[in-house]
Amino acid sequence: SSTMSVKLNALNSDSYIEVSQYRDQHFKGNRYEQEKLLKQSNTLYVGNLSFYTTEEQVHELFSKCGDVKRIIIGLDKVKKTACGFCFVEYYTRGDAENAMRFVNGTRLDDRIIRTDWDAGFKEGRQYGRGKSGGQVRDEYRQDYDPARGGYGKLAQQHRSTERPNSF
Amino acid sequence: MSRRRHSDENDGGQAHKRRRTSEPIEIEDRLESLICRVGEKSTSSLESNLEGLAGVLEADLPNYKNKILRILCAVARLLPEKLTVYTTLVGLLNARNYNFGGEFVEAMIRQLKETLKNNLYNEAVYLVRFLSDLVNCHVIAAPSMVVMFENFVSVTQEEDVPQVRSDWFVYVVLSCLPWVGKELYEKKDVEMDRLLSQIEGYLKRRVKTHVPMLQVWTAEKPHPQEEYLDCLWAQIQKLKKDRWQERHILRPYIAFDSVLCEALQHNLPPFTPPGHMPDAQYPIPRVIFRMFDYTDAPEGPVMPGSHSAERFVIEENLHCIIKTHWRERKTCAAQLLSYPGKNKIPLNYHIVEVIFGELFQLPLPPHIDVMYTTLLIELCKLQPGSLPQVLAQATEMLYMRLDTMNTTCIDRFINWFSHHLSNFQFRWSWDDWADCLTLDLEKPKPKFVKEVLEKSMRLSYHQRIVDLVPPTFSALIPAEPIFSFKYGDESGTSLPGYPVSITVSNAIKNRASNEEILAILKEVPNPNQEDDDDEGESFNPLKIDVFLQTLLHLAAKSFSHSFSALGKFHEILKNLTESDDGKLHILKVVYEVWRNHPQMIAVLVDKMIRTQIVDCAAVANWLFSQDMAHEFTRLFIWEILHSTIRKMNKHVQKIQNELEEAKDKLEKQQHKRVAPRDSGDDEDMEKNSEEDEEGQLEEQIERLQEKVESAQSEQKNLFLVIFQRFIMLLTEHLVRCETGSVDISTPWYKNCIERLQQIFLMHHGTIQQYMGTLENLLFTAELDHHILAVYQQFCALQL
Repeated sequence: SSTMSVKLNALNSDSYIEVSQYRDQHFKGNRYEQEKLLKQSNTLYVGNLSFYTTEEQVHELFSKCGDVKRIIIGLDKVKKTACGFCFVEYYTRGDAENAMRFVNGTRLDDRIIRTDWDAGFKEGRQYGRGKSGGQVRDEYRQDYDPARGGYGKLAQQHRSTERPNSF
Repeated sequence: MSRRRHSDENDGGQAHKRRRTSEPIEIEDRLESLICRVGEKSTSSLESNLEGLAGVLEADLPNYKNKILRILCAVARLLPEKLTVYTTLVGLLNARNYNFGGEFVEAMIRQLKETLKNNLYNEAVYLVRFLSDLVNCHVIAAPSMVVMFENFVSVTQEEDVPQVRSDWFVYVVLSCLPWVGKELYEKKDVEMDRLLSQIEGYLKRRVKTHVPMLQVWTAEKPHPQEEYLDCLWAQIQKLKKDRWQERHILRPYIAFDSVLCEALQHNLPPFTPPGHMPDAQYPIPRVIFRMFDYTDAPEGPVMPGSHSAERFVIEENLHCIIKTHWRERKTCAAQLLSYPGKNKIPLNYHIVEVIFGELFQLPLPPHIDVMYTTLLIELCKLQPGSLPQVLAQATEMLYMRLDTMNTTCIDRFINWFSHHLSNFQFRWSWDDWADCLTLDLEKPKPKFVKEVLEKSMRLSYHQRIVDLVPPTFSALIPAEPIFSFKYGDESGTSLPGYPVSITVSNAIKNRASNEEILAILKEVPNPNQEDDDDEGESFNPLKIDVFLQTLLHLAAKSFSHSFSALGKFHEILKNLTESDDGKLHILKVVYEVWRNHPQMIAVLVDKMIRTQIVDCAAVANWLFSQDMAHEFTRLFIWEILHSTIRKMNKHVQKIQNELEEAKDKLEKQQHKRVAPRDSGDDEDMEKNSEEDEEGQLEEQIERLQEKVESAQSEQKNLFLVIFQRFIMLLTEHLVRCETGSVDISTPWYKNCIERLQQIFLMHHGTIQQYMGTLENLLFTAELDHHILAVYQQFCALQL
């Protein structure tokens, strides 16, 4: 038997391109179908963007891994303005894999961004799913993030109901 | 299951590793794991781990011999940075089981033959080096190793073979000597002297036309950029002078000498180098990248000299570590920083030099450019107190030497530096580079800073760059990337196209149909024609101008808006650009409106090629046109050109793949037909439908064949256009300088001639198939020798 065909599992580690635990709850299909699509996908979800990050900036960064087919900026469902995520679709899977290896976890617009495999863009998925219109994570977070609308939506509500100090 | 996308503690995928270290179920997996992991950080010493592992493997030999053989052969080929760890292991096994040692050597020889047959020359080097180190472990008898080397070197006597073939055999022999030179000289010094003398003779008569094309810097100072065989020869010469005393390589087998010297050795079977095959792809020559010497690392251990064997071994090992771990930047960085023997060398300097060496390698880096950026960031994270300073020092040095740096390398430097800065809030001491402000803006230093600021702007925004640099740098700040609408301001109202632009704009906003818009455009006067009798079918530049300016202005908000516009009005655009003139003019207009936003120009051109509004040759002609001459040295021009060539190449590749697939399908069909089958009433029907299918496939193959030929013809034409344009421009410049008795070496000339080189280097695989045409039509002996030299250097890469 050929010695060349030996693939040493210990040496084939490519952990950055592995599919994560996240599954889209709105996905139309079963878990198996979703996983299959994730494993073949050329599309990445990109998270933790500033609300001010532009399509141009995303294009410049992600083009370092290959030709970008299209970018869809995530929008607040109500305001229709950018709400801090996007989809990047490449022409080939190999290019997307390089983005997972070399762009994920680095900075865009001074923020560490996250990339993850996506089953593929479908109309409607460009909108945030939080109650207020933005992303779910911005509903509940407690910290102050000026690039993502300040305090989380819930925290903002609490703040506005607090009585101002009076003398 | 968590619904959140990512926990913020994880930085990429490697957290998974922690969860994955479960017990391997199969014994084979366990063996693989044990063997692969030996030598890594451990509470026990390397020696005791090797001893222990040898015992385990010896016990498993009766049942798992073949598996163990295959794993060991694989690590020899795939983990060259751990060479001596595994040769020691094999040595211990051989001492315990002579037959196993013999079988291993045989398996290695078989593997060596296979790697050579498959053009895996770099891996073959590692295999030969492994065999040579087995001499040190008393597994292989020194005289038989010398015989193998003699067979390799005899390839230099072959006639009518490419130089790169004999280069490789000489390289293999020389590159083993740091490991085994001492031992071979002790046993067979006469033969070895003869060998080295033969090599010396060969190196003297080698042709080195290719060197200028592969050097990162053209200057010899401060560090000569040596051809790789010359450098290795100098290193071996010095090693020989030092009586083969080599102190850097980690040699675990020394600790086991008493055990190993009791072992019986095997003789290598006679190995005849496989003959030259016409489709062989030998490695192309290299130039050794040097940017540091011992004066650059003032504190701590001394950096081994450029002609020391130590330098060779360190660089080899660091390159191998990157080759093994490039996909996993955390592991890669950790492995580089835990290099054995790191306390005796200025490791950070070696790492930075090796990484830049790969990034700037000509023709192409071994891995994708962005990997190096991310790896350096990772290294800075792991060594925050020392590595960033070395990196800053390196950046400063690279800046200082820009005047003699190859243009392609400057491109990569620009892209690396701007991307790197974007990860560190663009913090840099720009004032240190104020010297570039006094120079002509076309000179390398100010040009570099200008391009860096432009790229930095793309990753941020214009005001950020304005705020970033001292006000003295204002001439180098990129323009604000806004649309230039000629029909938009006061002066526009008097232009001939103005009225129609208003009508068209309203029509588009009111969602008029394509027919309606075309009708409106019919009203645009044609400046190219005297009378209006013409039906308006011929090329009307003003029509294109009015429509496209208006459309792109409406869609200027973002890339997506502009793409959507191109898509919606595709029919009209195709109509307007039917002729070559039309295609050229549409590109002109795109440039005119977006000349302050080169990034937008690039993405629009890309879209227009993909939607066949323009073709690749039109883009090439446009970039080389007189209208674009003033932008000719800007980076974005070359990014567009190379992107265009790549699209063409991918297009041809795609159709070729489709053809191959169809041919495979037909072959399978034909085999099915020939195979005997159970007869039945359905046989006739089946037979007919199968013949139909075959007929369809044959038709499809014929069509695809035509498509391939047509695509290849378009590809060849593209390269011809590009090379022709280069020759015209360069010849013009050279003639002008000659008649005016002016020095030809202007910044423009340096840029242009190196851009020509770049075409050859970046697409050398594709261009090889058109060599005949190029030589007959373009790169003939009548050409100015400056231009012809570039072509000859390119040819020398595979001679």
